[in-house]
Amino acid sequence: MKEKSENITRRLPAAITLVLIVVLWELLCFSGAVPAYMLPSPVAVVKAFAQDFPTLMFHAATTLQEAAWGLLTGILLAFMMATLMDRFVNLERAWYPLMIITQTIPTIAIAPLLVLWMGFGMAPKITLVVITTFFPIAVGLLDGYHSVDQDAVSLMRAMGANRVQIFRHVKFPSALGHFFAGLKISASYAVVGAVISEWLGGFEGLGVYMTRVKKAYAFDKMFAVIFLIVIISLLLIALVNLLRNLAMPWTAGREE
Amino acid sequence: MSLLEAKHITKEYTGRTIIKDISIHLETGELISLLGLSGSGKTTLFQVLSGLTRPEMGEVFLNGREITGRPGAVSYMLQKDLLLPHKKVIDNVSLPLVLKGMKKREAREAASPFFAEFGLEGYQDQYPDRMSGGMRQRAAFLRTYLSTMVQTGGIPGLGTAGLTGTEPGSAGQDSAMHGAALLDEPFSALDTITKGQLHTWYLEMMQRIRLSTIFITHDIDEAILLSDRIYLMTGRPGVIEHEIRILPPREQRKKFNLTQEFLDYKKQIIHILGAAESA
Repeated sequence: MKEKSENITRRLPAAITLVLIVVLWELLCFSGAVPAYMLPSPVAVVKAFAQDFPTLMFHAATTLQEAAWGLLTGILLAFMMATLMDRFVNLERAWYPLMIITQTIPTIAIAPLLVLWMGFGMAPKITLVVITTFFPIAVGLLDGYHSVDQDAVSLMRAMGANRVQIFRHVKFPSALGHFFAGLKISASYAVVGAVISEWLGGFEGLGVYMTRVKKAYAFDKMFAVIFLIVIISLLLIALVNLLRNLAMPWTAGREE
Repeated sequence: MSLLEAKHITKEYTGRTIIKDISIHLETGELISLLGLSGSGKTTLFQVLSGLTRPEMGEVFLNGREITGRPGAVSYMLQKDLLLPHKKVIDNVSLPLVLKGMKKREAREAASPFFAEFGLEGYQDQYPDRMSGGMRQRAAFLRTYLSTMVQTGGIPGLGTAGLTGTEPGSAGQDSAMHGAALLDEPFSALDTITKGQLHTWYLEMMQRIRLSTIFITHDIDEAILLSDRIYLMTGRPGVIEHEIRILPPREQRKKFNLTQEFLDYKKQIIHILGAAESA
């Protein structure tokens, strides 16, 4: 209980700031200082959100599917690559620079190429999400594997443990913290990645809807989509935190 | 035949000789210590004895069987307690059993009777980070002990070496083979009071479980108080300078450190180590 009230106290400043910003924004719009066609008022955005709700949910479902499949594939790929790279040093030397290079390619530049190669369906979107999400997880895991206490490995060997047992009992658990740190970043990239790839072609999804309302100059609807993306991303991060606490019960009640 | 014997061990790292022509032996039920200044190669000798590293020259025997360069035969407690933060204490100490193929639940059951013996009652489900240094050290001791039991076939359901029943305390004696444990400065991270308490506890417990151990220390008082024999290590490369037998039986050492005899041993050791350093 005490922890809970401390939690609230810690988050209060952020909540107050947010409320103040919204109030200020509303005042600016209400007073007419900023014309409505340039910046819709918060009230207008909420109205648009409520009116568009079914449409928004329909497109969100598509985007979420792309983000989820992309993120899951990204996790799987990152796990396999990081584990192999940790096991075989030469593989790490060969792949690590390539991994960095994939991150320097601007997403916005390869998205149209992916559409060209894979069509207007979900495939290019999922691929883009994989490309953006696997890197933070792979690097996190690799750092985690490298950070393992070599003395703990020696102890395991002295107890007669084989390589798989050392991985299972020492290496993987000590890399979990790094893994979840990477996953948190990736989860926030996943939705944005999916939306960006939808901008460049597709039939449904929040990105597609966004370009549509933008062309119609319906900025209140545009803002409604942006808010939905923010909310979805925040929910995903919260989900990652929840999973982290479930997977690492020994860190319960400890700040990261 | 000695329980554990190292013959003419020489170990080099990157061309430098760390220890040279070291021969030591450990008898069943014995508690001996390696005493020496830092840098004399005590930990290197342990790594050789435990099989983690292979010496350039020399062999290691356990119960007459050669184990040079083969880890898993002798249990080794490193300088840090190395309790895994992600495992509860019960899972930390029963890890040696799990590594030998026992189910997690069975391993817990096999380990839990020893918690009272090691003064860890009630700590089974704690995570190590929440425990004091002294308690962590006890848990590390228990893990080392169970690891030794595993190696000698003293755990029912694991291995076949003749053993019937494992009440806590009797297991070590009943085992057909004896195991050896290497403890690298097990008390060094503790404050003086906790250290004193653990010394007393350790001597008492060693009478009951008869674990044969070699431990490293640079604390002269600790070495005299706890050991049957002390090997004095000196120099670079490290060699065994001298061997001292501490005569009073371990059971009678409650106030040993207040006696003249104790001081005589201490003088002798300081003299030898001092002479070796100035030479």
